[in-house]
Amino acid sequence: MTAETRVQGRRRQLVLHQARYEAIAFWRNPQSRFFTLLFPIIFLVIFSTVIGGTTTTATGAKIKVSVYYVPGIATLAIIAASFVNLAVSIVAQRQSGVLKRRRATPVSAWVLIAARSSVAIAVALVMVAAVIIIGRVAFGVPVPTPKLPGVILASVLGAFTFCCLAFAASAFIGSTDAAQPILQFVTLPLYFISGVFIPDANNPKWLREIANVFPVRHLAQAELRAFDPRTTAPGIAWTHLAVLAAWGIAGLVVAARRFRWAPQ
Amino acid sequence: MIIWMLFKRWRRKKAEQAQRAEVAPSNTQPPRRSRPSPPTASGVLLRSDAAISVRGLRKSYAGFEAVCGVDFDVERGEIVAFLGPNGAGKTTTVEILEGYRKRSAGELRVLGEDPAEGGAEWRDRIGVVLQESEPEAYLTARQCLRLYAGYYSRPRRVDETLALVGLEGKADSVASTLSGGQRRRLDVALALIGDPQLVFLDEPTTGFDPSARRTAWDVIAGLRDLGKTIFLTTHYMDEAEFLADRIIVLSAGEIVAEGTPATLGGRDRSSARITFTLPRHLGVADMPAPFDAAAVIGVGLVEAKSTRPLADLRALHDWAEAQGVDLPDIEVRRPTLEDVYLELTGATVP
Repeated sequence: MTAETRVQGRRRQLVLHQARYEAIAFWRNPQSRFFTLLFPIIFLVIFSTVIGGTTTTATGAKIKVSVYYVPGIATLAIIAASFVNLAVSIVAQRQSGVLKRRRATPVSAWVLIAARSSVAIAVALVMVAAVIIIGRVAFGVPVPTPKLPGVILASVLGAFTFCCLAFAASAFIGSTDAAQPILQFVTLPLYFISGVFIPDANNPKWLREIANVFPVRHLAQAELRAFDPRTTAPGIAWTHLAVLAAWGIAGLVVAARRFRWAPQ
Repeated sequence: MIIWMLFKRWRRKKAEQAQRAEVAPSNTQPPRRSRPSPPTASGVLLRSDAAISVRGLRKSYAGFEAVCGVDFDVERGEIVAFLGPNGAGKTTTVEILEGYRKRSAGELRVLGEDPAEGGAEWRDRIGVVLQESEPEAYLTARQCLRLYAGYYSRPRRVDETLALVGLEGKADSVASTLSGGQRRRLDVALALIGDPQLVFLDEPTTGFDPSARRTAWDVIAGLRDLGKTIFLTTHYMDEAEFLADRIIVLSAGEIVAEGTPATLGGRDRSSARITFTLPRHLGVADMPAPFDAAAVIGVGLVEAKSTRPLADLRALHDWAEAQGVDLPDIEVRRPTLEDVYLELTGATVP
């Protein structure tokens, strides 16, 4: 074994080690549990219970609203875990000097970034699965088994993209207290205009064009593609995924330029 | 992978830009005060055998020079205190030594390496207690230590390290619920978990109550037995006096004195101070030398400097007896470290 592979092996081990403690901290944080785990489930249950039985023409043909909400709330869950929660925790760790102290140790930046992102992505994927299962069990929304590659690809790419955006966004938030409200303020309007909370088929054209600039609608559309009964396997929305990937790269570039380890 | 490489390239470019921006002002700006460098170490080459060796260290920010040419060495196994008022440049210096900040000019070696280039192997040998940092959120004290133990190649045992800082009873408490003093001791434990050769402590007890401070001191003093080199900054004279083998006084970015707690600023050679209250009907001028030159420092309270305190006291005793008076509040004392410190830094305290 060369020194190079030994170092790489140790790094992978270290990512797991770090991720384990990040996961403990995530789980013990009531704000994380509420906004990331409970929030999406509450929305799914409320929307599906209240208007799940009606129909919408969001995909060009009539589908049940409960079918529409499973990919919609999956989108919300991905963004809550890999963007809002991640950015809030990065800001908190930076402002409390935790990141700065970690940088005084031999641990590499790569390990810290990879570990925290892995936890965010894992939580996002678990939540997507939870939304699909609850949709199936409680509201009879069929699981689009042949089109699961589309769901998985959209969810993984979406989570990656929003992780990059979280690292970028964290650089622009100077206080821990402000992080949660700022990020909710940014995401809530986007949820409303991007078809996450309300089907956007009847939105005016200009509003949809605004929504199309941002990544939220593209993730929602990519998820919806797989759940739309009229589409065929594998249900992958390449154009929407391409836009998401572009946002991810943009986030990475901004993060690389602006990210700070020490308190601002 | 490609994305990560891209990311790293951006970071490197950014760092270079930042360095250029930081260096620029120092070339055009004269030092804040022109004063010859202290005679201690200037002109001597960097020492790679010392734990820390610093020559001509400068740090300028736009329009302001925080550190203006500092030279010093710290021997291996030595405990050295960097003492100075707020804004003297202590944290700037220590953060350059820790590799957090880039210097504008000068040379330095910390454990034989330049901190600006110090990689993981170098960081494996140092421990850092920052001036301000909170514990890892939502983890217990033991979990914090286990997390950090994973970063180092030869970590100390977690339970032993908790015991070393007196936190064995709080091992399973969530760290953010600990008191200020306990958190600080956890900070020290986190700095020690990698079993470093050199520990930096930036103002380890600022804002503590006296008992928390005494406990923290005992923990730090205990590190001496582990053979660690310790570099601490403080603005408390008593802290430096209690903990350090050697004190370096920094004021307005320059070293103004250096010595052991007993000899700092010529404290060992300076005269004793004799103070007492003179009965109202007597005057300073009536007294024998050197008391005829005593300064009146309070209501009837006079202070005389004496280079031969025993002989002078006998003269005072004979005089007082002849006058038929006693001097019940008489006090003889050496200048405290505080007196020396205020004298050294007094002129530059903003």
